[in-house]
Amino acid sequence: MRGNDILRWVAAVSVVIRADKLRKAYASQTVVDGLDLSIRRGECYGLLGPNGAGKTTTLRLLLGLITPDAGELSLLGEPVPERAREARVKVGVVPQMDNLDPDFTVAENLLVYGRYFGMKDTEIEARIPALLEFANLSHKRDAKVPTLSGGMKRRLTLARALVNDPDIIFLDEPTTGLDPQARHLIWQRLRELTAQGKTLLLTTHFMDEAERLCHRLAVMDHGRLITEGSPRELIAQNIEPQVVEVFGEGVEAWSAQHAAGYSARFEQSGETVFCYAADPAPLLAHLHGHPTLRYLHRPANLEDVFLKLTGREMRE
Amino acid sequence: MRSDIFAFPRLSRRFFPIWQRNFLVWRKIAAASVIGHIADPMIYLIGLGYGLGSLVPEMGGTSYMLFLAGGTVCYSTMNSASFEALYSGFARMHEQRTWEAILNTPVTLDDIVLSEVLWAATKSLMAGSAVLGVIWLFGLSHTWLSLWAIPLALLVGLCFAGMGLVMTALAPSYDFFLYYFTLVITPMMMLCGVFFPVAQLPPALQTLSALLPLSHAIDLARPLLSGTVPAQAGLHLAVLIAYALAGYYLSLVLFRRRLGR
Repeated sequence: MRGNDILRWVAAVSVVIRADKLRKAYASQTVVDGLDLSIRRGECYGLLGPNGAGKTTTLRLLLGLITPDAGELSLLGEPVPERAREARVKVGVVPQMDNLDPDFTVAENLLVYGRYFGMKDTEIEARIPALLEFANLSHKRDAKVPTLSGGMKRRLTLARALVNDPDIIFLDEPTTGLDPQARHLIWQRLRELTAQGKTLLLTTHFMDEAERLCHRLAVMDHGRLITEGSPRELIAQNIEPQVVEVFGEGVEAWSAQHAAGYSARFEQSGETVFCYAADPAPLLAHLHGHPTLRYLHRPANLEDVFLKLTGREMRE
Repeated sequence: MRSDIFAFPRLSRRFFPIWQRNFLVWRKIAAASVIGHIADPMIYLIGLGYGLGSLVPEMGGTSYMLFLAGGTVCYSTMNSASFEALYSGFARMHEQRTWEAILNTPVTLDDIVLSEVLWAATKSLMAGSAVLGVIWLFGLSHTWLSLWAIPLALLVGLCFAGMGLVMTALAPSYDFFLYYFTLVITPMMMLCGVFFPVAQLPPALQTLSALLPLSHAIDLARPLLSGTVPAQAGLHLAVLIAYALAGYYLSLVLFRRRLGR
């Protein structure tokens, strides 16, 4: 084989999740619309998108829980949904809503879940201490699930997803509803998993989460990928590097007169005008002359990209 | 994928860890559950047995107490499978999202539905055995043939588990189950000879009764408790098995339609 062939072969083998022109419609509504995905081993890949963009449906299709209307899918080299069951032996899932067993203790939840993977009780019990330690739940081993805090439940769900030592972990909005402390602990654990070589596929609508964790991410809307790349690439490709948020008394009048002149692009959302520019110095100097206006100058981030690509109007 | 939802049930041993899970939940409330299984039939046997039994010395060739005992074994068994398949099954499918958690593992919906049927039938087995224990305790039945009531309880459990799961697969909420209890379970209790012989009913209702599974269960249980081999046992068994298989398959199709799309 020549060098190029080897490279191509390595790339093909290392793709652990692949979707090709995936389509799924319910009644007349197309939820996933010609989606292509290719996720490599060891990668943390983020799917971003507003509510209803098709993220959860995409995960369910990839897991083989629902049947696509069209398109090809493979998970860990197995065709999905035909051999999804076999693929799921090496997959862990952290669902959007907690579905722990409320009648059981923390340790019983892990034991019972491990059995679904065909693991022997002794094999599962040998893994439980390490799983509890990973989830910071060693002291809660015999606590019942309803007595746990929201953060503890999430960590137990994460530990449960690892009971079978999966190669890929699907995480559907893993930190929704958690306080900042709990969220940081989950992020730390997810980074540890990536360091161990696990592949992570996560959906989120927290941009800081995506920016911190993901090697690559895709913005999804109306069932399609709008863009894909590393967080930095997405910011560099899609948006001007600097943002000045202008707000305060008289901002509307000011915006109508001056915003276009001092920024490459601007958007008004509620009572704030977002001015995007490569060089914001003239704008900042100009704003000094308007004492009733207040402003915040910051580098552009993923949220700016997200809002630019998916729009600012509410999705309900 | 219409053809897919009608596919032949894919049976595997993977149902067993789910059965084990339900058993572990049950073990935590076993005391309350066993008391329920014993107290419920005792209330009927004592209340109706002594109350009516003193007025009706004999029914269907036996004491009223024993007549009632045969009905109660089946009625109790029907109830425990029905409650398990409807309320507890719906909690696992919908409220607690237990099925959703299980479906993310290498277990399939077919495995789950099989485990639900078998678990509800297990509850019937427990209930039937408890009633039989009460019957022996009261000294009502003195025959080894009465032991056949135990496998019969399992079969009646399978039958009502399948029927109940059809309702669960269709239910938008717990309220839906009231229809089933009001329109199916309670009429069956009155039409199938639990408290009085079906022969007392007008002919049209007798015909209806003959179509209902509980009648066939009682036609098997009652002779077994009084020590005779049931007449037309093959027919009764066939009806119960047919209901069990039809209910199981229909519920599986409905669950596939509800959850697999």
